[in-house]
Amino acid sequence: MLWVDKYRPKTLDQVIVHQEIAENLKKLVTEQDCPHLLFYGPSGSGKKTLIMALLRQIFGISAEKVKVENRTWKIDAGSRTIDLELTTLSSTNHVELSPSDAGFQDRYIVHAASAYLTVLVLNEVDKLSREAQHSLRRTMEKYSASCRLILCCNSSSKVTEAIRSRCLNVRINAPKEDQIVKVLEFIGKKEGLQLPPGFAARVADKSNRSLRRAILSFETCRVQQYPFSSNQAIPPMDWEEYVSEICSDMMREQSPKRLFQVRGKLYELLINCIPPEIILKKLLSELLKKLDEELKHEVCHWAAYYEHRMRMGQKAIFHLEAFVAKFMSIYKAFLIETFG
Amino acid sequence: MRWFASSPTPSRPQIAHTCFFYGPPGTGKTTTALAIAHQLYGPELYKSRVLELNASDDRGINVVRTKIKDFAAVAVGSGQRQGGYPCPPYKIIILDEADSMTEDAQNALRRTMETYSKVTRFFFICNYISRIIEPLASRCAKFRFKPLPEEIMSNRILHICNEEGLTLDTESLSTLSSISQGDLRRAITYLQGAARLFGSSISSKDLISVSGAIPVEVTEAIFSACKSGDFDLANKEVNNVIAEGYPVSQMLAQLFEKVVAVDDISDEQKARICKSLSTADKCLVDGADEYLQLLDVVSNTMRALCNMPQDFSYDV
Repeated sequence: MLWVDKYRPKTLDQVIVHQEIAENLKKLVTEQDCPHLLFYGPSGSGKKTLIMALLRQIFGISAEKVKVENRTWKIDAGSRTIDLELTTLSSTNHVELSPSDAGFQDRYIVHAASAYLTVLVLNEVDKLSREAQHSLRRTMEKYSASCRLILCCNSSSKVTEAIRSRCLNVRINAPKEDQIVKVLEFIGKKEGLQLPPGFAARVADKSNRSLRRAILSFETCRVQQYPFSSNQAIPPMDWEEYVSEICSDMMREQSPKRLFQVRGKLYELLINCIPPEIILKKLLSELLKKLDEELKHEVCHWAAYYEHRMRMGQKAIFHLEAFVAKFMSIYKAFLIETFG
Repeated sequence: MRWFASSPTPSRPQIAHTCFFYGPPGTGKTTTALAIAHQLYGPELYKSRVLELNASDDRGINVVRTKIKDFAAVAVGSGQRQGGYPCPPYKIIILDEADSMTEDAQNALRRTMETYSKVTRFFFICNYISRIIEPLASRCAKFRFKPLPEEIMSNRILHICNEEGLTLDTESLSTLSSISQGDLRRAITYLQGAARLFGSSISSKDLISVSGAIPVEVTEAIFSACKSGDFDLANKEVNNVIAEGYPVSQMLAQLFEKVVAVDDISDEQKARICKSLSTADKCLVDGADEYLQLLDVVSNTMRALCNMPQDFSYDV
């Protein structure tokens, strides 16, 4: 079992990082009447863990016995019937699903799911379409006596005001580095490991404030070399290494030929299911490390511009490549001006 | 029970016209309409005399043609007073959130309204009167609901605090009215949320955390990072905002307020910043990445504040 799962806090009492929020949630549950909840925060900050712990607090041990099911819904949409299939995770007391997996038909799912009349956990609400969010609003009002919604998303700006104002908003911040260190030391103690001083801090530093990532790379280090040495390298993710490789390619030569090579590498990343916006962000952060001050503004503007275009368009590769080409052109002009 | 629903009833129950209530959310439009209906008919007749439809009910042209028309067409007996209520000889249809009705549906209503005006009165409730077609609007007596002034809101909040046994100091009271911006429903929702989470003694910090507003220090840090002209520092601040999970759309709104209020920068600089804010806001609505958009805004702001050239020098 991976440490991420093994040391995931099961109850609100075991939570190490978001103790204050856990206390508040406990208070909320003891009053019997729990409002609809909206959890938001960056990934790897512990939203899911808190939700599961909350369910466990409400329903006791039975909330942990979940079964995965592939459900089909037959939906009567006026003139035709639609068959939709979606994976749900359910216990006797709650049902959990990600309606955005159904693509543009998400509103039917939202509608159909409201028939469960239990606690409904919806993931990735920010990816729902406008229509789906509106029918969610109707569900919340109509069944508020018998059904509680727990919504979970990364950014609450993409959730409509109407939904936000009907829920109790709970912001989950990414854990600070010293908190991550505390968790890593806790795991180290439980596993009986000898931690050289400063090692946990270095893992935390590399993790970008994502606890999940910190624990995963901590375990990787354990597998690679134990006992730890204090200057042991913390292996970066291989796709990140690949992105920084692309980045140095772009810095070294700006030509159509190089652009073509970079394109191949970008494709490679996309095939391996790295989301394009994450590639673009990583690319930008790598570039920002190496550029002159005056170029940074320009490059970050174009990154924002092309990411927006990517969201509006269909094929990510065009926009990634356009960004690379733009960067090359800017950088070349800069080099010519500076060095002649 | 939502506290907001238990608002006072108006003293004069007579309505002569078809009424049109409009104004920003949370100013009591729906409450007023429902209160009037209740006061006219009392609990017994209410069910048979009042039809209430809001945006979440299906309100396409078919519903207007069938459900509304059927309800409007049936005449009611002449008014006998029942249990002390006036019970006038007509029925009421309340159309909540009328601005979300399609134009076709609104057009179909015109005729219905006129034909059955003897037996049925309409209440339209909406936020934006400009979305209601002119022929419909001109048939109604309009009532504008203004955002609630601070003292009325404070009175109501204090009343609720008394009833529910909460303690609220003056600072948190003013915080509450500033974060809710004249919207009583929002103010009460925040208050209830804070009471649930933090118990009966509520500070202004609790209210801010419930409302999802961003603490002033965070906006301040971003702004001073922009002033410093150090891109890496600003980048660090932006990363921090994202990691803390603050919603960027909210951040933009608060930056905007900050920029407009600050008085040691020129109008041109303000205009440049506001332009970048508006672009980023549109991109966010389209679903663009929060980090990149905020970084772009910050970079634009920095260039405006430090008088760097706005145009890119290497863009050919």
